[in-house]
Amino acid sequence: MSDASYLSLEKLTLAYGDTVAVADLDLDIRKGELIALLGPSGCGKTTTMRAIAGLLPVKSGHVRLDGADMTWVPANKRAVGLVFQSYALFPHLSVYENVAFGLKLKGMRGADLDAKVQAGLKSVGLSSFANRKPAELSGGQQQRVALARSMVMEPKVLLLDEPLSNLDARLRLEMRTELQRVQKETGVTMIFVTHDQAEALALADRIVVMKGGAIEQIGSPEDIYNRPVSSFVADFVGFENIFPLEGGRLRTSGGLIELSGEAPSAAGLAWRPRMVTLGTGPFRGTVRGTSFAGDSREYLLDTSLGPIKAEVEAGLSAHPLGADLLFDLPAEKAALLSKFS
Amino acid sequence: MNARSLFIPITLVLVLGFLIGPFLIIVAASFSAGETLNFPPQGFSLRWIAKVFTVESFQASFAMSLFLAIGGTAAALVLGIPASYALSRYKLPGAEIVRTVVSAPIIVPGIIVGLALLRYIVVPFQVGITLALFVAHTALVLPYAVRVVSASLDNLRSDIEEAAVLLGSSRLGAFFRVVMPNIRGGIMSAFILGFVTSFNQVPVSLFLSGPGVRTLPVDMIAYMEIVFDPSVAALSSLLAFLSIGIVFAAERFLGFSRYV
Repeated sequence: MSDASYLSLEKLTLAYGDTVAVADLDLDIRKGELIALLGPSGCGKTTTMRAIAGLLPVKSGHVRLDGADMTWVPANKRAVGLVFQSYALFPHLSVYENVAFGLKLKGMRGADLDAKVQAGLKSVGLSSFANRKPAELSGGQQQRVALARSMVMEPKVLLLDEPLSNLDARLRLEMRTELQRVQKETGVTMIFVTHDQAEALALADRIVVMKGGAIEQIGSPEDIYNRPVSSFVADFVGFENIFPLEGGRLRTSGGLIELSGEAPSAAGLAWRPRMVTLGTGPFRGTVRGTSFAGDSREYLLDTSLGPIKAEVEAGLSAHPLGADLLFDLPAEKAALLSKFS
Repeated sequence: MNARSLFIPITLVLVLGFLIGPFLIIVAASFSAGETLNFPPQGFSLRWIAKVFTVESFQASFAMSLFLAIGGTAAALVLGIPASYALSRYKLPGAEIVRTVVSAPIIVPGIIVGLALLRYIVVPFQVGITLALFVAHTALVLPYAVRVVSASLDNLRSDIEEAAVLLGSSRLGAFFRVVMPNIRGGIMSAFILGFVTSFNQVPVSLFLSGPGVRTLPVDMIAYMEIVFDPSVAALSSLLAFLSIGIVFAAERFLGFSRYV
């Protein structure tokens, strides 16, 4: 086992009945990494996570963890923790008993058990809630119990299913910090599943973007945000002006268009709204819609290239609806897409 | 007050009268001092209540009814809990058919069930009376067991079992550690409902009862055919108060009505 493949998925194929959900997936994860599986619903991210946990049988391929083949090891022998989206706390047990559940199954008793449970509760700041039932806790507190319940087991990998999606904005930030702290303090390898790109960008060391049961791109948050490799990823992370490239020209709904600068070689180009130059340039558009977003102002333009979204600093003078504007799609700013779908 | 505003109160009184009236008459008749079952009662005495405890056949049939109610309901739960679990957790082919078949004893008149059991099971296979009654009561209670237990399983998230497994429990262990404790109320409710259903069951038991082996309600009918004294009314009252007591306790401690 090399350091780069503490957890590795090899040609992993997963299916529900005859419906293949994930096909030939290869992924290597380093020890102590914080990985986000990012994608829209149905992309196979949750399925992949369940297979890592052992909750879903593998159709073909392998799951290796810490040098051992886990493919057919039952879920209760894998040392993989999972924090469910619904938290899945045991409603009949107190917070203390929830955290103690797995430790007791390991045969831990008495003072050892108590010390471990107390430490677990303390680490998530819930020591004073030990005797409450899950139903008496807020969503954020329940999630922390679920986190403590998994972490006291000292799992080799901790999986989190949409860890922030059920929390309100303030708790989200708190939980983000909490997860990063737990990860730093324990060095546990963490994989979390999310459909929210902002969540993935903020939290992960590396992001795995999935689409239709396959990996679309793997990269650092900076890579994914600035250098999407495909039109799918570009669209997912907020590039709104995406065009295929044909012989150095953009294929648009208005035909093939010559770019102002020298066209790079790629399958397509993508610009975020704020990468569009407004006021000068070879193209012309009419303002169809405008919205004020505090720091910036967004314009929707009707152009010969089709609809274009542009964003400029709010301090600049506002253009009214119906105004004719010059604009440019600067080739040097565009993200180069090697795959266009 | 006009006729319109009187309609609802009068209806209410009539409905309640019909529901509770016979019960009140029976209770009153059990305290009669007279020799025959009569209403209004003649005088007041506890002699018929006392007599209930001296009739030997009542003791035997009460024991039989108790055995069938407890044993049959327990057996129905042993069969019904796994069945409910399978029906509520897995997408099984033919699940709807199973659900319907399991509910059949509620829908099919007891007299038909009794006749069918007698004609096609008990007589041809020479099944003992006690065993036949036990099987019949188990089958009669099964629909209630499946229904009530299913309802509480449907209210329980299934991911807690996966959580238990990931914490080191086996699948079966997860069922006993996190599913059973959370459906305990449903199981208790099913037990009480099944017990009362079995205990009050007449038509099926009527067909299957044989010499010396009877359930209490069947025995009461037999007794009345010979002796028409108020002891049957006294026994009925005792049973009614027992049932009310059980249901009241169940509602008080388990929130019985949530499951039924």
